[in-house]
Amino acid sequence: MAALEEEFTLTAVLLGSGPDGPLGVEPSNKTDQFLVTDSGRTVILYKVSDQKPLGSWSVKQGQIITCPAVCNFQTGEFIVVHDNKVLRIWNNEDVNLDKVFKATLSAEVYRIHSIQGTEPLVLFKEGAVRSLEALLEEPQQKIETVISDEEVIKWTKFFMVFRHPVLIFITEKHGNYFAYVQKFNSRILSKYTLVLGQEENSVIQSFSTSVDRKFISLMSLSSDGCVYETLIPIHPSDPEKNQRVVGSLLLKSAVSGNARSGVGLTVLDKDHVAVLGPPLPTSKECLSIWNIKFQTLQTSKELPQGTSGQLWYYGENLFMLHGKFLTVIPYKCEVSSLAGALGKLKHSQNPGTHAIPHFVNWEASQESGLGSQNSEQTKRILRRRKIEVSVQPEVPTSKQLLATIKKGSEKHIEVELRKFLAIKRTPDFHTIIGDIVIGLLERCKTEPSFYPRNALMQLIQTHVLSYSLCPGLMEIALEKTDVQMLQLCLQQFPDIPESVTCACLKIFLGIGDDSLQETDINMESVSDYASTVQGEKMEEQAEILQNGFNLEDDNCENCAQQLSAKPQAAVEEAALCPVIPKRAALLNAILHSAYSETFLLPHLKGIPAQHITLFLQYLYFLYLKCSENVTMTLPGIHPPTLNQIMDWICLLLDANFTVVVMIPEAKRLLLSLYKFVKSQISICSELNKIEVGFRELQKLNQEKNNRELYSIEVLELF
Amino acid sequence: MGEFKVHRVRFFNYVPSGIRCVAYNDQSNRLAVSRTDGTVEIYNLSANYFQEKFFPGHESRATEALCWAKGQRLFSAGLNGEIIEYDLQALNIKYAMDAFGGPIWSMAASPSGSQLLVGCEDGSVKLFQVTPEKIQFERNFDRQKSRILSLSWHPSGTHVAAGSIDYISVFDVKSGSAIHKMLVDRQYMGVSKRKCIIWGVAFLSDGTVISVDSAGKVQFWDSATGTLVKNHLIANADVQSIAVSDQEDSFVVGTAEGTVFHFQLVSVTSNSSEKQWVRTKPFQHHTHDVRAVAHSPTALISGGTDTHLVIRPLMEKVEVKNYDAALRKITFPHRRLVSCAKKRQLLLFQFAHHLELWRLGSTVATGKNGDTLPLSKDADHLLHLKAKGPENIICSCISPCGSWIAYSTTSRFFLYRLNHEHDNISLQRVSKMPAFLRSALQILFSEDSTKLFVASNQGSLHVIRLLEGSFKHLHTFQPQSGTVESMCLLAVSPDGNWLAASGTSAGVHVYSVKHLKLHCTVPAYNFPVTALAIAPNTNNLVIAHSDQQVFEYSIPDKQYTEWSRTIQKQGFHHLWLQRDTPITHISFHPKRPMHILLHDAYMFCIIDKSLPLPNDKTLLYNPLPPTNESDVIRRRTAHAFKISKIYKPLLFMELLDERTLVAVERPLDDIIAQLPPPIKKKKFGT
Repeated sequence: MAALEEEFTLTAVLLGSGPDGPLGVEPSNKTDQFLVTDSGRTVILYKVSDQKPLGSWSVKQGQIITCPAVCNFQTGEFIVVHDNKVLRIWNNEDVNLDKVFKATLSAEVYRIHSIQGTEPLVLFKEGAVRSLEALLEEPQQKIETVISDEEVIKWTKFFMVFRHPVLIFITEKHGNYFAYVQKFNSRILSKYTLVLGQEENSVIQSFSTSVDRKFISLMSLSSDGCVYETLIPIHPSDPEKNQRVVGSLLLKSAVSGNARSGVGLTVLDKDHVAVLGPPLPTSKECLSIWNIKFQTLQTSKELPQGTSGQLWYYGENLFMLHGKFLTVIPYKCEVSSLAGALGKLKHSQNPGTHAIPHFVNWEASQESGLGSQNSEQTKRILRRRKIEVSVQPEVPTSKQLLATIKKGSEKHIEVELRKFLAIKRTPDFHTIIGDIVIGLLERCKTEPSFYPRNALMQLIQTHVLSYSLCPGLMEIALEKTDVQMLQLCLQQFPDIPESVTCACLKIFLGIGDDSLQETDINMESVSDYASTVQGEKMEEQAEILQNGFNLEDDNCENCAQQLSAKPQAAVEEAALCPVIPKRAALLNAILHSAYSETFLLPHLKGIPAQHITLFLQYLYFLYLKCSENVTMTLPGIHPPTLNQIMDWICLLLDANFTVVVMIPEAKRLLLSLYKFVKSQISICSELNKIEVGFRELQKLNQEKNNRELYSIEVLELF
Repeated sequence: MGEFKVHRVRFFNYVPSGIRCVAYNDQSNRLAVSRTDGTVEIYNLSANYFQEKFFPGHESRATEALCWAKGQRLFSAGLNGEIIEYDLQALNIKYAMDAFGGPIWSMAASPSGSQLLVGCEDGSVKLFQVTPEKIQFERNFDRQKSRILSLSWHPSGTHVAAGSIDYISVFDVKSGSAIHKMLVDRQYMGVSKRKCIIWGVAFLSDGTVISVDSAGKVQFWDSATGTLVKNHLIANADVQSIAVSDQEDSFVVGTAEGTVFHFQLVSVTSNSSEKQWVRTKPFQHHTHDVRAVAHSPTALISGGTDTHLVIRPLMEKVEVKNYDAALRKITFPHRRLVSCAKKRQLLLFQFAHHLELWRLGSTVATGKNGDTLPLSKDADHLLHLKAKGPENIICSCISPCGSWIAYSTTSRFFLYRLNHEHDNISLQRVSKMPAFLRSALQILFSEDSTKLFVASNQGSLHVIRLLEGSFKHLHTFQPQSGTVESMCLLAVSPDGNWLAASGTSAGVHVYSVKHLKLHCTVPAYNFPVTALAIAPNTNNLVIAHSDQQVFEYSIPDKQYTEWSRTIQKQGFHHLWLQRDTPITHISFHPKRPMHILLHDAYMFCIIDKSLPLPNDKTLLYNPLPPTNESDVIRRRTAHAFKISKIYKPLLFMELLDERTLVAVERPLDDIIAQLPPPIKKKKFGT
């Protein structure tokens, strides 16, 4: 969950700047130090964690800073532009800006961009871009005009994509917005016309971007209060042509629609955005963190003294103007997932399925967008993220997919399925998935060689399947001894019958170690305890004592192990995991599955004796591991609980008692279990004895507290 | 308000008897409860669960069964082999009839209420016809091998299920023959017990018989085939009682471990018509055996050895979520068991079979609020007066001067003269009581101890003048013609001129003692009176009702006082109305006529009529002293009700003089300590 921490102001910021706020906040080459440029004449270097200024520089009276100061990360120098054309470069030791390096340029500068790993860039108001070094070589060089006459740059950002610097700037002309993407490795400037939102006359008030491999995701906060996302390709197919990119609604009513000023937006990470502005027309201005993945408001903070709508985000700090002061709000965010919030397993969204180009056919998208919008309004929930329907390549409908399943090759089915899963989920999604699985399974039955493993795995990971929806799936997996699939099913399906659980158990216990090593098994339930296969000894039995399990005579313990599989390594046996980690992971999946004793017991009887012994040994090992710490839990993510372990030990013994008693390998194990139970019983009886004593003590105590049978007291009534 | 020295008395060693049976009457919404000492109490569930009537117990009359029959007639049967009918108007036993079958273990009234069935020790089941005046033996059913411990009628009245030892019989009522005998498994947790006692049966209209037994099972039988349908093992100990709701959609069972289980008939799946019995809710309100349960339309009622009567409303059945929806636990009788001789500082405690007289101690020390003062003289146990005969004491009283003690059982009235010679006392019984003084429901001495007022169970009030060592009958106020209702509460004015008497339902009658005639009748109120008192000087009659209303009625003016009208107009504070025990005693401050002192089991209150009344927004109970607050705030927040909850459970509270109070407490722990130990349950290693 995202959380805003206690805000603090950078003291002594008086910012004679008035309502416009500071020109900018830029990071310096040292962590925690930021350059704050006010809209007048001053640049201040702050150490944020100390809330104190480290240095302050001003231009002469009459001059005015027009571009926020930045730090050249390569040299550590600071750069600022005043009076649009005069460039100043200085470093920390300099005191007077008048005396530092000065270069007068031939054109007006819009912004200087500087980020780590590349040299600073200068963006001119006419749209031209120069690197600082190239510019300083010849300050008076001619600067060409890139953008048309009445176009004005509104916003710009510079970032690295795969170590290649990319600059994006947005211009506005008569209410139309254009995006320019300048790549410096190829010197290509691409121009895009932004088509944003449904409302024609909406004014875009704030921009922010995030980048992934292929797209620049441009988020814009429109005057109707909604956040739109526009995906701009980094590698355009046809760089020469002026292309249209369409924005899709990302977040509805993040701020009040009629807020004219003081709204701002910044992307925090791939799931979170920070929005500045009043959430309701009447309310005070607020800083809100939205999760765009789930459309939820994570947290918000009221800014009663108003804000300028500027919002900067560096590292873990959000900077904004609150009243007259520059305020810093530290922000922390952990990766959140809806599944996590609901206590489910990790989110299954396969990042690989994001392969569809985000080019948008606006007409198609609009239709679906309107439809979904209506339904959302009735539901009165925040809008879900809309995944654009791409036109080429065509997304297969479920019918087409089912047809493909009947005939197509495994590979083809997989591809088609991936495409299908990538589109947004309809309400009948799970029935379609069920149909698909049944279709696949039918074909499996008729064609013994056909086994679309990857497709099935993908389908299971949609989290909508259950055993009853596709009863044949686990049977086939059992047939093919596909332990990975079985593990996945055991983890995902809530309603596996006990007979199938038991069949899985048989396979998990019976499969050879060699074939297990080749499989790819989710090992998250097995932490390091099982991987210390042949190594460290377990600690002395002191810890075990705490649960009343007293192994006083080591002899017995030792001989308990001598009779197990490898007599020569007997002493360390109990301390070592009797199964390889992969098998342990599989067995843990069994331990986690739901069952009813009555139905499970008869099936457990069918497991071969040596497997029972092995499983018991593993369970016993888990128990010993559990008793090593005070909380009686195993380390790792989602480990089996003590109750599960104990229940399974009891179940196995109940079901196979006569068998286990007969086989010599299990004798020692039984002996130690017996000793354990015996000590537990004696502990309980001791506790019961103590309880009586305590009760007597309590009684004595009560009698002491009890006042005499007769007393005279003073009472005052008020 | 003032500072008091409080004699905090905890030596009243009162232990209520365990509850043996409960029987709920749907028509009158009344609950009859019988205790192990034979006492039968009637609770009016409509009147805030007030215990409005009681029938004193008898040593030889152990009640084993209790049931209501047609016309709200109450019958009990017990181990002395008698069936008893109670007269709910005159509050005495109408008749007792021997069933000639040895001790009676069970009794059930037919669904129409016109027939009674008793199950006897000798294995016989006897059918009685309920006639308007009496009951009449009709016939025996087929004799069984062993005692019949439980009986239940089929709702149609054609069949009867009878639980015995190891088996359940189903009888055809018309022929009286056993048509099925259903053997109950003796096995208990795999171990064969000697016997399995069927503690309770219930016959449902679909022919299902539910049985509860000593092996901890609740079993469902098909009475048509005589087969076991379903078995619930719910306890490691006996399941002792069962009661089914009228709709037959839920029932309740009580176990010897003190747990009460609720079973409900619920659909197997939603929207399906197939239903099955499911154990839904366990309640653990008891520490000991739950000997009896009842199922009212809205509540589960249970009682047992731990002496509490627990009324647990079923939330799904309660329409209005008001205070009636709260759990009630009734432990103490709703009447006074303590009387006090103010002048000599004597306390008289009434037990079932004896009286104890104690003299309070004294102190010379003073202290501030909350201090316990050192005693210069401890309390003395002066007298232990054992009642003669097997009957329980109904009521007792000590005169204000401390020289007379009177008590009454069902058949005899006793009057004693106490002579105080320095610290020694001698007791002298006043013999030759007149024939009309046989049984009293309430006894009261006048303030100057010269007159004795006795409310007899025939509805008449006797006035007797007491002389040194003898007495003289002055007058008898006869009940108004047509009514036979007994008077249970008496109050006399301090000047001795007025006598107020109240029955269980009709209004309060005020008699003039001077003129020996009825002065007036206070208008009847819906709820029974729980306490009465007449204020000194003003002769205002203060009446507390079971719905927690308090009225003040001016006897000379024959109308409600202005203050009473004001408080009725404004209404009592909601927290005052939500108290769940009735006011059992009212008294007055001798010097402050504006003060009324009253108490229930959990608080006592001094009402200062001169202060403004609290409204629902004000804090009713503020235990903290107003420290550092200006007088203005204190005056603004002060209201008429000064409440203290320090002493609880409070059985008696009285002003001895202006600055001295006596409070008789009976801590629950002390009662529990005197009960037999409960079934031990292991905490560890179950």
